[in-house]
Amino acid sequence: MCALAHVFENEGIATTALVSVRSVAERMHPPRALYCEFPIGRPLGRPGDDEFQHDVLRQAFGLLERPAGPVLELHPVVIELETEPLACSLPVRFDPSLPPAVDEARALRTAYDRSVGQRDGRTNVGRVAGPDAIPDVLAAYDRIANGTPWAEAGLPGDPVQCAHDVRTYYEEVALALDDAAAEPGRAEAWFYDVTEAGKTVLAARAAMQAQNAPFAFWFYLARGTR
Amino acid sequence: MRAYVDGQPVPEFDATPFVSPPPLSTATVAIVTTAAIHLESDAGFESADTGFRELPRAARDLRMGHWSPNFDRTGFAADLDVVFPIDRLEELAAAGVIGAVAPRHFSFAGNQDDSVTRVRLDSGPAVARLLRDDGVDVVLLTPV
Repeated sequence: MCALAHVFENEGIATTALVSVRSVAERMHPPRALYCEFPIGRPLGRPGDDEFQHDVLRQAFGLLERPAGPVLELHPVVIELETEPLACSLPVRFDPSLPPAVDEARALRTAYDRSVGQRDGRTNVGRVAGPDAIPDVLAAYDRIANGTPWAEAGLPGDPVQCAHDVRTYYEEVALALDDAAAEPGRAEAWFYDVTEAGKTVLAARAAMQAQNAPFAFWFYLARGTR
Repeated sequence: MRAYVDGQPVPEFDATPFVSPPPLSTATVAIVTTAAIHLESDAGFESADTGFRELPRAARDLRMGHWSPNFDRTGFAADLDVVFPIDRLEELAAAGVIGAVAPRHFSFAGNQDDSVTRVRLDSGPAVARLLRDDGVDVVLLTPV
């Protein structure tokens, strides 16, 4: 992003950048940058908090009044990524003949649909697998976790994109189940630490590593710190 | 994530260009994001995609196509303005703080190779030309 600031200014367009990694801005010297120590993925800081977002913009646009650059300022508020999982309830087992994650994902479909409806129909599920296919993706990850070679497990596409769709399905479900789901990191922690789906993806990831799958195919199934 | 990026090589620039914009109250402002946001109807971003996508001013049917799993996604799911503050920009225009909202905005994928060569020499300048065509004076850059 800092490179684009250089490109645009060279073309005669003024820029002001929100930056999420201070050391990058310090090394790349964009003309005007506001470093915001917020969870990566939230450059305006707080979803649903219009006043806070306006404050961030006010500070970023304020840099345009400086007579010379490069300018690197710090937003005074720090927002940490939380690690405590949500406490929302999960469905009870309905069909014991299914892998737990598959049973769980099916039972959460109503909550997913409600979540999408609450957000004007907007969803980020569907790069490879739409909501109808999420249980099938989890069945494939379950097979991998239980010894099936990853390339023969029936994933409908790139393993990383499949994992994106599963995690996003659950995070969007969480937005319908718990008012705290929009707090940074909590829905993600719930997915990996509490849900059967998250545990299945992590188990498949470990199995793919053991199967010597290409690094990019297994490592990026989850956040690198997992 | 920040600790990892701290150790990664970045493109180095000998100098920093610096354009003095017109007063913000008369400026046309566009958002350019590297969060790999795209219209539902557009193709998503491939891994290490060096291209860009146009985001019309009125569009809200937006998806995030960033490949990395190493960032929070629920913020964008709950409120797209936390990454792409288009509604906040409209409010600033209505209040007269900025002159106008640009008719279109642009998105890149932030996960690029270390040199960012294609973006610097190809897709970046191409977007700059489109921004100039739209009379844009100021670009707000937002990351993922």
